[in-house]
Amino acid sequence: MRLNRSNLCWLVLALITVAYLLFWALLLGATATYSTPDSWLQVLRSPEIRHATFLSLLTCSLAAGFALLLAVPVGYLMTRLEFRGKSWLDAALDIPIILPPLVVGLCLLIFFQTKIGKVIEMAIPFTYQVSGVILAQFVVAAAFAIRTMRGTFQHLSARPEDVALTLGCTRFQALWHVALPAARRGMLAAFCIAWARSLGEFGPILVFAGATRMKTEVLPTTVWLELSVGNLEAAVAVSLFMVLLAVLVLVAVRATGEKV
Amino acid sequence: MIQLDQLTWSVSGRTILENVTVEIPANTYAVLMGPTGCGKTTLLEILCGLRRPTVGRVLLDGVDVTELEPRERGIGYVPQDLALFPGLSVREQIGFAPKLRGVPLTEKKQQVNRLAEQFGIVPLLDRLPDMLSGGEKQRVALARALAAQPRLLLLDEPLSALDESMRAEAVALLQRVQQEHGLTVLHVTHSSSEAAALGHLHLRMVAGRLEVG
Repeated sequence: MRLNRSNLCWLVLALITVAYLLFWALLLGATATYSTPDSWLQVLRSPEIRHATFLSLLTCSLAAGFALLLAVPVGYLMTRLEFRGKSWLDAALDIPIILPPLVVGLCLLIFFQTKIGKVIEMAIPFTYQVSGVILAQFVVAAAFAIRTMRGTFQHLSARPEDVALTLGCTRFQALWHVALPAARRGMLAAFCIAWARSLGEFGPILVFAGATRMKTEVLPTTVWLELSVGNLEAAVAVSLFMVLLAVLVLVAVRATGEKV
Repeated sequence: MIQLDQLTWSVSGRTILENVTVEIPANTYAVLMGPTGCGKTTLLEILCGLRRPTVGRVLLDGVDVTELEPRERGIGYVPQDLALFPGLSVREQIGFAPKLRGVPLTEKKQQVNRLAEQFGIVPLLDRLPDMLSGGEKQRVALARALAAQPRLLLLDEPLSALDESMRAEAVALLQRVQQEHGLTVLHVTHSSSEAAALGHLHLRMVAGRLEVG
């Protein structure tokens, strides 16, 4: 095949892509070969890591569930209703995505020192508690779930919901009976993305919920704790476990047909 | 009888419909023609309550329904893309309106079966929309609209997705349905032959204004 200008262009673009993927493969490969599978298993069997794993799975699932409960109505509203100031609200919903993670944690910490925050804490204590871990994960994960649900509803035609209104539905019934069943895959994707985001959350948890062993320690906190005491093998084992979980989530999202 | 009284619809300073006034007697098959983008679909959406007119009124049998919700109007709507509900079987699509009305299960089944027989779609009852041809989808959309027992049926180019061989059959079906159900129909089309075959009343929309002719 003759290498014309068009083919050369594709070849250069392909090389850039391959170089990027290769860089990532090298990063993960280096991490994976730092220690042996036996030492990974030994680390992952320790009571502290098992507790952190269990707490991570639990808090991520709850945070993602709450994020989805918020994302569905907000995503639907932002897609189907036209109103003044919508673009500003749209931008405001993305604020948790662009805020530095430590700032999110600091905002949470300061909020729960205010009068309203203290009243809330009388009912449900959050600061330096497991519920605080869930809240810290939720505030950021919700923004990603909303973004996913917004995309899902944008891709679904509003016409079947319009027809449902003429067949006797209220707007809420049209959402429940027509839009939600059609958005099932998007909802699953939003849950997975919120779950994965929660799994990687570190800054807000460290500031707001702390890093107490066997109490508020989740997997990212474990990596940080192990690194801070110089136990690189344990940090690597936990990191690889998190990579595995992230890959599983990515596969699940891809299976829904949605894009991350 | 449908009465449109000086309907006007404007958006972003642009007038799409201007002083549309017309009366369509009960049990009439009216056809509406006009160039693309002249406001035909907008008119149907105002009629069934999906859009509020900027000015003017919609009256059904003498009752002003302009401020009513779509579900309170008793108007069936079959849009151009048919808008079947994704993920619901044909049986569930037709049973959708009776279920919302709280029709008892046995009666709902009878209604669904009766409409399925009338439209020749009994073998399709358990299929999903993705597994239907264009003609089958059109029949399901019509059956679904009629299950709500509307007084008026609005059809937005319902035959546009069908090939020539199926159109004659579909035209005959629409005639039969209108007569059997004693419906008033407003049918939007670009096809002169379709309009000639079906229409008792011929309407033409030009630049947002409606002409009867």
